[in-house]
Parts: sequence; structure tokens; C-alpha cells
Amino acid sequence: MAVPILKQSHYLIATIQSVLTDADLVHLRDALVDRVGKFRSRGVIVDVTSLDVLDSFASRTLRDIAYMIRLRGAQTVIVGIQPEVAFAMVQLGLTLEDVATALDLEEGLAYLDQQSRHGQQGV
Amino acid sequence: MASKASEPKKEVRVPVSSDNDLVTARREGRFMAEQLGLSSSEATLVATAISELARNIVSYARNGEIHICLINNGVRRGITIVARDEGPGIADTKLAVQAGYSTSGGLGLGLPGVRRIMDEFEINSEPGRGTTITITKWTRR
Repeated sequence: MAVPILKQSHYLIATIQSVLTDADLVHLRDALVDRVGKFRSRGVIVDVTSLDVLDSFASRTLRDIAYMIRLRGAQTVIVGIQPEVAFAMVQLGLTLEDVATALDLEEGLAYLDQQSRHGQQGV
Repeated sequence: MASKASEPKKEVRVPVSSDNDLVTARREGRFMAEQLGLSSSEATLVATAISELARNIVSYARNGEIHICLINNGVRRGITIVARDEGPGIADTKLAVQAGYSTSGGLGLGLPGVRRIMDEFEINSEPGRGTTITITKWTRR
């Protein structure tokens, strides 16, 4: 099932709503990288609240999304990683490396706002 | 004891040949793990392990099967997952379960990670003869 991408002012919000196949994730990656240019977005939020498994492929693809979006000049934040999913990722040794994460959508938006303020100040 | 209609499923087989099947295998695995009485965290570990094994089947062998069963060895109850394929096989199974090893440009976390999060892990493979990986998680107590 394709992930809907919502445009909200300067940001794109992708809310993963159900179980996701590998193909859906790759599709999401390509769509976000494309739309960040189309809408001249400054930030992307990927909400994974309803994902109950985040395995090595999903971790790698989320990282790829963040790096590709960064190369396009915008910021990415992953929000909503559930406690059990965080536990499984740590046990498996999966990491998102330096990709920004936040508790939920609200915190994710606050993070992006902060990032763009810093950007405007040239910090 | 006579079997009842409401008796939980003891085993399920999921044919695996596309990434859609990964979703089914994960879901069945979580369901069985919860039926066994594993915690939500442990059920997530089981579902994640299944995801890794099923993805290996799709990536390397194209076709295979995930067989999930609830077991009881007289002392403990557990969940065993057998991932079987008739793909190219693995020449060096010792190497394949070492951290950092990957032939597919992946992270090399698949098999070593799965071995770490399960209580038991066994791999049987021969080049040209396919691969069978058996993993088990026991309930506590």
C-alpha cells in the first residue's frame, strides 16, 4: 500500500499507515526525494508509529531517505518508533546512525522548525 | 485431551516468493508468538527475525517457505521457525553468520543479528542444495 505524503507549509509528512512491503518503502523513498524538489520543501517527517517491525532493510531504506533528502538540501526526521521496535532494533544491532528521530509528529515538527531557524541565522 | 475447535493453531506454513509474503510471514509469526505467551517485545523480535530470514529467501533463492510451529520439549514451550529454500546455498555458513558479512551489499546484519536475538540458531546449507535455517525462542520459566 502506497504511503500518503502530505504537504504542510514547508514540510512533507509521510505517515506509514499499515504494514509495508519493501517495494512500498522504496516507492516512498523515490516519491519523497522527488517531491522535496517539486514543493521546495525544507523538511520531511516520516511517521513510523504504526510500523510493528523495522528490520535491516527498513532501517537501511529510512537512512537512505534521510541522506538523499539531505543531498537535496532538506532535513529529515523519523518519528514514532515504538518501544518494542526500538528494543528489537537495538538487539539486532540496527541503527539509523546520524538520522534525526523524534518521539512523535509534534516533536518532529518542533525539530524541523528549530533546524530551519538555525538555517536562517546561518548557524 | 480431546482437541477443541478453539484450540490455537500449532503450526503455519507461509510460502515465500515475493516481498508481499514477508508481510504475511511476519504477521503469522507475531500472532503465533503472542499465542505462545511471549511478551510484545519478544514477539517483535520473532517477527523481525522472520522478516530477515524471509528476505534472504526472496533475495537469494527466489522461492522458499517459512514454517512456524509452537513446540514443547516437556520442560519448556517455544516457537520454532524453519526457513527453507532450494536456492544456490551458502558455501561457508560459518562466514555467513559472522557480523559484517554480506554478499548482497546489505548491512551484513541479517544472519548474525537473527542468531543474537534467538535462543537457538542452526543453519544447514550446501552450494546447489539450498539452505535451511532453524531458529527457536523459548518462553521464560
